[in-house]
Amino acid sequence: MSVFDGLKFRKVSSPVHNLDPRVKFFFVCVLFVVAVMFFQLLPLLVLFFVPIPFVLVARVKREWIRSLKGASMLAFIIFFFNFIFNYIYNEYPNIPSASLIEYSVAMTLRFVVLVETFSVFFLTTSPDLLGLALEQSHVPYEFCFAFTTAVRFVPVLADEAQTIMDAQKSRGLELERGNFLKRIKNYIPILIPLIVSAIRRSLELAEAMESRAWGATEKRTNLYVLRLGKTDYALAFTSIFMLVVAILVWRFVPIPPLSVILSFLQL
Amino acid sequence: MIEVKDVYFTYPNGIGALKGVSITIQNGDFVAIMGQNGAGKTTLVKHFNGLLKPTKGKVLVDGVNTRDISVARLARKVGFVFQNPDHQLFCETVEDETSFALKNFGYKPNIIERRVTWALNLLSLTQYRKTSPFMLSGGERKRVALASVLASDPKIVILDEPTIGQDHQQKEKLRQFITQLRAQKKTVVIVTHDVEFVAECNPRVVLMTEGKIVADGRANKILTNYNLVTKASLVPPQVTQIFMKLSDLGLPTNVIDVYEARKVFLNSLEGS
Ligand SMILES: Nc1ncnc2c1ncn2[C@@H]1O[C@H](COP(=O)(O)OP(=O)(O)O)[C@@H](O)[C@H]1O
Ligand SMILES: [Mg+2]
Repeated sequence: MSVFDGLKFRKVSSPVHNLDPRVKFFFVCVLFVVAVMFFQLLPLLVLFFVPIPFVLVARVKREWIRSLKGASMLAFIIFFFNFIFNYIYNEYPNIPSASLIEYSVAMTLRFVVLVETFSVFFLTTSPDLLGLALEQSHVPYEFCFAFTTAVRFVPVLADEAQTIMDAQKSRGLELERGNFLKRIKNYIPILIPLIVSAIRRSLELAEAMESRAWGATEKRTNLYVLRLGKTDYALAFTSIFMLVVAILVWRFVPIPPLSVILSFLQL
Repeated sequence: MIEVKDVYFTYPNGIGALKGVSITIQNGDFVAIMGQNGAGKTTLVKHFNGLLKPTKGKVLVDGVNTRDISVARLARKVGFVFQNPDHQLFCETVEDETSFALKNFGYKPNIIERRVTWALNLLSLTQYRKTSPFMLSGGERKRVALASVLASDPKIVILDEPTIGQDHQQKEKLRQFITQLRAQKKTVVIVTHDVEFVAECNPRVVLMTEGKIVADGRANKILTNYNLVTKASLVPPQVTQIFMKLSDLGLPTNVIDVYEARKVFLNSLEGS
């Protein structure tokens, strides 16, 4: 469940927390796009360091590292498959080349970049602000509400899953036992109570909302309205600048592999 | 026997839930762990069957360190009934639910059959044997959860908040049921802040606040100590409160039981 911990928002005030969610989301999207544009190690390495100042300013280092740790298993699998399959298709039976290793590391790094940027985003953006941002982007209110509710219930669900696991372990359930199929089957006693309670909870929520006259007014107004500040504009321009530079590099600059640069430096 | 030796526990998010807890629970003891919400009661009892391992210190169950043994193995000895039955019910029938633990422990079908019949009978659930647990009422679901743990006949039974959301009749049944378990020489640990329920049972009371044990003794000693009890955000049982208010009549202030209260009161009336 530690992956979820990395997405859990806690209300504190920092320059990063106070950024407009729309701009922050735009920034995340730019990082996302740039990460997908390149498959070379060097630019991905640069991208890897971009979110770190944000993490430090927002003081969410511990949670952020936890989410990276949670994703490390998946990262390893990505590396493993990239490496093995490319090796078998392209280079077998020679010894694996440096460029193959570099490529696999780059693909893994791409995944890590995606995880780390999303983690910073969710760690520093309250679901309420996010819903507000959607609303002000003229998304219908029903969708905004469904979205914020879903986001808000992720940590609740994660806690509940932990309790259910504890309860079933106390009745002798061993999750880690048996072959692959048996292991999947082991999760049935966890999933059923989890789903049942999620459904029960959503019905209760619906009743509570209706008893408070949800949807009674056609046109909703908000107490808070999002407005862009100086730092928001600064981040927006930085994002556009990054995107432009990335496109120019991608289009016109041939990126040498890291191994070439290293050997060049040694000369 | 459960021995907790100077245990500290910190959750991964940095919250220190236990701060130096030491306690020994003998075989056949009946212990009520009390204290306000967030005092660390659930965290403590989750150490008894190895669901949580101490950050510092150690927990021994019958002399075995809980670090050296899996929860699944400990579960044969230590039955743990969670607060909310909906966190464990998942089978199609009450019968399957009750036999889940037994199957996990690898018992033979004829033994499973016998144990299930015994447990369902014990908790008056026999008529629901083939019913889906999801069709039952809250109190009945709670009893199914209890049956599913007791079917494997554990030596130590832990009940986390067993009285929450139960009406008086069900509480009374629970009390009789605990008496029955004690007659079978089982160790019973309940976690609760239901003062009246504890007063009726008069067990050993362990009082916790902020991750520490602040008092340990018989219920009629602890629950009548006004300062202690209020420090743990509880109130003394109503009978005790009356007797405290009447202390200028020369009545004792350490009464928690209604029957005893009646006797003491009548005696003092006769005396005057
Ligand atoms: N899974 C968990 N993760 C993090 N903190 C927890 C978790 N469970 C409980 N806590 C914290 O540990 C403290 C003790 O909780 P708990 O043992 O559940 O108290 P009690 O059962 O006495 O109400 C509380 O401050 C609670 O917020
Ligand atoms: Mg609790």
